[in-house]
Amino acid sequence: MSNLLELQQVEAYIQQYHILHDISFEVPKGEVTVLLGRNGAGKTTTLRTIMGLNQASGGSIIYNDKEIGQLKTHSIAQNGIGYVPEDQGIFDNLTVGENLKVAMKKEDEETTTRMEWVLGLFPDLQKFWKKPGGQLSGGQKQMLAIARAYVNENELLLIDEPSKGLAPIIVEKVMESIQQMKEQTTILLVEQNFLMASKIGDRFYIIDDGQTIHNGQMDELKNDKALMKKYLGIA
Amino acid sequence: MDLIVSLAINGLATGMLIFLLAAGLTLIFGLMDVLNFAHGGLFVWGAFSGVWVYNLTGNFMLGIAAAIVTGLILGAITEFLIIRPVYGNHIQQILITLGLMLVLGELIKVVFGPEQKSAVPPAFLDGSFMLGDIILIKYRLFIIAVGIFIFALTTFILKRTRIGLIVRAGVMNKEMVQSLGINIQFVFMAVFMVGAAMAALSGMLMAPYSGVIYAEMGLEFAILAFIVVVIGGMGSFKGSLFAAILVGLTQAFMAYYVPALSLAVNMLLMTAVLIFRPEGLFKVKG
Repeated sequence: MSNLLELQQVEAYIQQYHILHDISFEVPKGEVTVLLGRNGAGKTTTLRTIMGLNQASGGSIIYNDKEIGQLKTHSIAQNGIGYVPEDQGIFDNLTVGENLKVAMKKEDEETTTRMEWVLGLFPDLQKFWKKPGGQLSGGQKQMLAIARAYVNENELLLIDEPSKGLAPIIVEKVMESIQQMKEQTTILLVEQNFLMASKIGDRFYIIDDGQTIHNGQMDELKNDKALMKKYLGIA
Repeated sequence: MDLIVSLAINGLATGMLIFLLAAGLTLIFGLMDVLNFAHGGLFVWGAFSGVWVYNLTGNFMLGIAAAIVTGLILGAITEFLIIRPVYGNHIQQILITLGLMLVLGELIKVVFGPEQKSAVPPAFLDGSFMLGDIILIKYRLFIIAVGIFIFALTTFILKRTRIGLIVRAGVMNKEMVQSLGINIQFVFMAVFMVGAAMAALSGMLMAPYSGVIYAEMGLEFAILAFIVVVIGGMGSFKGSLFAAILVGLTQAFMAYYVPALSLAVNMLLMTAVLIFRPEGLFKVKG
């Protein structure tokens, strides 16, 4: 299977702090690749660096056989990468409908179909169409953030900790939606909730102290208790 | 009663002129987080270039068009050369735009000469008419109408168009707007140009209102515009309209009843807002 995204020895700083030392991984087309690791390991910075929100200071980021490491954020997004940040990035004063409309790159039949599909997946968004984004619950905000990234024909979705701060029942719902999206798009997922990650992930990479230190198929990790305990703190 | 109506119209006209200046300032701050102290310089350039074309051609509308074009061009140059290198640094923004304000004021003297210029309303807006016992001055009503029109147009664009949606989203979360594939740099420049054009339009409309224009008037009006932005809430377009009308009316009534306090009262108003509601009367949610 060909790779949609490939990171090779990526390094990045935040101000004077060297956060990413050596990040290398591949995201095959049509799969869910999960980045795992403890808090502060560099997972979010990795996604932000792919999006150009942090500038990579070394290495290369290849998307669809094209180097995107030096591109600006909007160009990276225009190339077909959707991003769901850790804080969801909802525009609080815009309504649910406006949050979705501002994301729509086109208003063609394909986008309309995707919008209808995603509203079917998250009926709450239809129900609260005219409600300001800031007044939604945490789960609804997460659904809106995912819907906003999905509404365009993005080939790759970067999703950062979609289960963070959500009630278990909402986590289930979000997980189901990502599972359905998986059939139509490639996903790079950052997730601390191992149970969720293991259910939807095809392969994993463990990041520790800004480096990718281990990778494999998700099924292998589920059976490797020692590795899980060592790097993820799961007994 | 007719005195009160006359003062109110006076205040509204002054308020609308301040609003046009403050609206650009607040949009630029709200979206770009830029403190533009050169805004008064754009105002005065609009006045001089517009009056120059108006006096040359005798066509007032051409003068307005010239002022707007001047604002757009100066706005583009200022954003590209002066503002872009200092995004995210308020101290540098204040120093460099204050410097630009002085340069723009001095350049006015170089280009148009150091003396004051006079301007009169065009024939179709000159004079007054009676409504009952009240004398209504046409040019003041024209300024109020233009202010309302610009407010309505800008509100329509902000609320009903995609570009307006992007600007409002950009005020709240610039990173997310970029992550959706939108070139925020381009939006920044467009907003800066529109803000500069509003300032220039305000300057041009001010000229026949006050009768004379001079290079230093930019700073005087910029101070009023900053007071309005602080009172209305930094980044709030609606707040700017409300505060500009409040400042205009207060100034008009105080100038008549207690002339010595006409400017001080606005300072006091701003001080009260800063003490009791530091985020301004219309808070912008980030």
